[in-house]
Amino acid sequence: MTMQNVGRPTRPEGASETAGFQSLTGGRGLLQDEPLIFELGGWSKTGVDLPEPDQDASDLAGLTRADLPLPGLSEPEAMRHYVRLSQKNHAIDLALYPLGSCTMKHNPRLNEKAARLPGFADLHPLAPVATAQGALALMDRLAHWLKTLTGMPAVALSPKAGAHGELCGLLCIKAAHEAAGQGHRRTVLVPTSAHGTNPATAAFVGYTVAEIAQTPDGRVDLADLELKLGPDVAAIMVTNPNTCGLFERDILEISRLTHAAGAYFYCDGANFNAIVGRVRPGDLGVDAMHINLHKTFSTPHGGGGPGAGPVVLSEALAPFAPAPWVVSSAEGFELVEEPTAEAAQAFGRMCAFHGQMGMFVRAYAYMLSHGSDGLRQVAEDAVLNANYVKARLADVMTPAFPDGPCMHEALFDDRWLDGTGVTTLDFAKAMIDEGFHPMTMYFPLVVHGAMLIEPTETESRRELDRFCEALRALANAARGNDKDRFKAAPHLAPLRRLDETLAARKPRLAWKPETLAAE
Amino acid sequence: MRYLPLTADDRAEMLGVIGAPDVDALFVDVPEAARLSGPVDLPAHAGELEVERELARLSAMNRAAGDGPFFCGAGAYRHHVPATVDHVIQRSEFLTSYTPYQPEIAQGTLQVLFEFQTQVAALTGMDVANASMYDGSTACAEAVMMAQRVTRREKAILSGGLHPHYAAVTQTIAHAEGMEIERLAAAIDAEAAVIDAIDEATACVVVQTPNVFGVVTDVTRIAEAAHARGALLIVVTTEAVSFGLLKSPGEMAADIAVAEGQSIGNALNYGGPYVGLFACREKLVRQMPGRLCGETVDAEGRRGYVLTLSTREQHIRREKATSNICTNSGLCALAFTIHMTLLGGTGLGQLARLNHAKARELKTAVEGAGLEVLTPRFFNEIAVRTRGPAAAAVDAALAHGVVAGVPYSRLDPHAGLDDVLLLCATETTTPEDIAALAAALKAA
Repeated sequence: MTMQNVGRPTRPEGASETAGFQSLTGGRGLLQDEPLIFELGGWSKTGVDLPEPDQDASDLAGLTRADLPLPGLSEPEAMRHYVRLSQKNHAIDLALYPLGSCTMKHNPRLNEKAARLPGFADLHPLAPVATAQGALALMDRLAHWLKTLTGMPAVALSPKAGAHGELCGLLCIKAAHEAAGQGHRRTVLVPTSAHGTNPATAAFVGYTVAEIAQTPDGRVDLADLELKLGPDVAAIMVTNPNTCGLFERDILEISRLTHAAGAYFYCDGANFNAIVGRVRPGDLGVDAMHINLHKTFSTPHGGGGPGAGPVVLSEALAPFAPAPWVVSSAEGFELVEEPTAEAAQAFGRMCAFHGQMGMFVRAYAYMLSHGSDGLRQVAEDAVLNANYVKARLADVMTPAFPDGPCMHEALFDDRWLDGTGVTTLDFAKAMIDEGFHPMTMYFPLVVHGAMLIEPTETESRRELDRFCEALRALANAARGNDKDRFKAAPHLAPLRRLDETLAARKPRLAWKPETLAAE
Repeated sequence: MRYLPLTADDRAEMLGVIGAPDVDALFVDVPEAARLSGPVDLPAHAGELEVERELARLSAMNRAAGDGPFFCGAGAYRHHVPATVDHVIQRSEFLTSYTPYQPEIAQGTLQVLFEFQTQVAALTGMDVANASMYDGSTACAEAVMMAQRVTRREKAILSGGLHPHYAAVTQTIAHAEGMEIERLAAAIDAEAAVIDAIDEATACVVVQTPNVFGVVTDVTRIAEAAHARGALLIVVTTEAVSFGLLKSPGEMAADIAVAEGQSIGNALNYGGPYVGLFACREKLVRQMPGRLCGETVDAEGRRGYVLTLSTREQHIRREKATSNICTNSGLCALAFTIHMTLLGGTGLGQLARLNHAKARELKTAVEGAGLEVLTPRFFNEIAVRTRGPAAAAVDAALAHGVVAGVPYSRLDPHAGLDDVLLLCATETTTPEDIAALAAALKAA
């Protein structure tokens, strides 16, 4: 049926002031308020049709639960509930998503399709190895690509996220020191600009953390490093490019000093996207580096995971890699799940089974799509886009390190907001009203009021310009005494600013019939 | 390159705006010696069709669980997942969003996490649950570390019925922290043995039910024994569907419940990504690892959700954090929540009874084939004694087109249980599958 246009106005009439307009039901047009599933009345409902079993569970008498109070929804109700919720999220597919250090790039749907092929998705991790040769071949190929791109001889695939990869790398380092009678080395050096996971990981494995100072131009202070490298140091953890978006110019000297002191060089590979295909960490003297497949190799972030964090390893650390690993022979691929006599130095196991296979498939599809030429282009365009944003904003905001190029992300501080009464947080929230996700803010900690912008290579010139125009307009407004725009932002999001203090003071972590809002 | 929007003209103009002569000038900080002059030695880019063909070729080299009679469990389970689940998790707003650090534009993800936490707390019978962990095994290791923080004691006792991979992961992490792990000998019905091992130095005991051999245990007595010595009880579950039928860890006085949530909403994926469930008593919440989503209000007093209690976490606490964890298993938790919402308590109960009924059929058939069933009380998995090594029986059955479960020795080669075969049946198992298994085992 078509909509009849006879007998009704076809032009808008009487456009009047809509500020302060309220709907009668509290609705906001297509953006629906959506209750929790516990408030939708489905306490005896189910959205699946299952046969009644022809045997009861009487043989489990005394072992069965009394009740399971959870609501269900029919399929159409469930679909509507979750689709309505989805509409309250921002996403890469909607706009540039400039979260520095997170590499929010386009997620190709081919990768999703590949991961859902039954030979991968419907494959049991303990299926006989003879029935999983394609999966093992893929893991073997993925390992080959990761090793070639990083110039490293070995890789442990099983870590399930970046921080899990850091843990894996430090456990290799710890095992290597213990094997060499160097178990007394208990200190890990971490620059002040490091991701929080670095010191947290070091502490988690029982190491003491000491900080390395930073130079005024945003790099590791070599003199301070040299001072702190001693017989107690097990490793340094350095992100390169670092969290200020800068390449560590003295990286070769950093690794030389580290090795000379008998320590290992752990590189946080969160920012590998900036150098993939142009620089191999193996050529920089790195001993271990995790690779966030959800950053550089574009497996979806999924609202906070699942990630994947394979760790490439140097010759010195390779013998300590955890089980499992894939070996190939004339008869095909084998999976070593328990360390054998020849590989008795493996430090243990990171997780049940073999790692994030679903992410391996996606990452491998991404690699094949780009090839060696495309991956090099990825790094070049990522760096070009970041420098373009920096150049276009340099006259209205204050770059933290104005001299020289940045790598894949542009870091600004909040000096340009001095005297405006607007903070980095206010500015970030105002970006939401302009249709953009805020950049990473207040990180790295070494820059006051930090704003870290990482556009990634999958942004077009047009989208970059749209983004820069929005930020320029906001910057001018902030300095033009338009403070209210910022202090109360966002105005146009599904919700206004949320009270995080209340959430922490009276933790309400599961649904209860009465709400906080009513109290 | 179809994923790269910049044209050659764009690049030239942008370099002009930047004031750089060429793109190499942007890499000037890279030491000369470390610059690659050309592409690395890997194939050049490929079109969508070529990539799809290559991935399909590799996929076809595997035998999917659905390709024939199939009986593997032991920590990963084949269940039917409604089509709605996979559709919704592929919506751009869920698939391509980041961790909900900007709650005003992430209420979709946050409300889902709040629903997830509530569902997990109800399933496990606990007060609170976090927003998920990497998987069940890492959740188990984190629970042991948490018990160390809570009790300030240094020893953990692992039951001999704990999945060997879970034990290995826990040992790996605990060893690094200098914690002592006492792993009891693997045995079919091993749970009660942990009681004798508890002493005044014990931080926690870790017991799995149903255990790796499929044995269902009421752990209430173990909880009493642990609490009498000031230790915590951690209950592990690898088959989340069992929550639909069996007494919950909370009902049995567990302090921390961890589980693998893959069974609900998530495919087998050759071992990952999965979703770890982590729940505990309210009084322990500030020692919990991982992300938590909590209810609050916005500036206009409307209900909303935020990530909360982040003062436990690495990005705030750095080296003093409760864990180094920085992600959860967001999309897998979403899949779990949608599937759980479709099921409801009613549907999950029905699904669980169906699984148990299939396993009873399996048991009858295996006994009919002349094999001894070792599991006294089971949910949907049983351990059976094979005539020779279980690994050989699996190979022989495969020649008959049947994937006849998991030899226990594959998980734990040094336990001396080479003739123990782990079998699992779910709602996807048909009577024909079971008949084929019985015939294959009889012939083996």
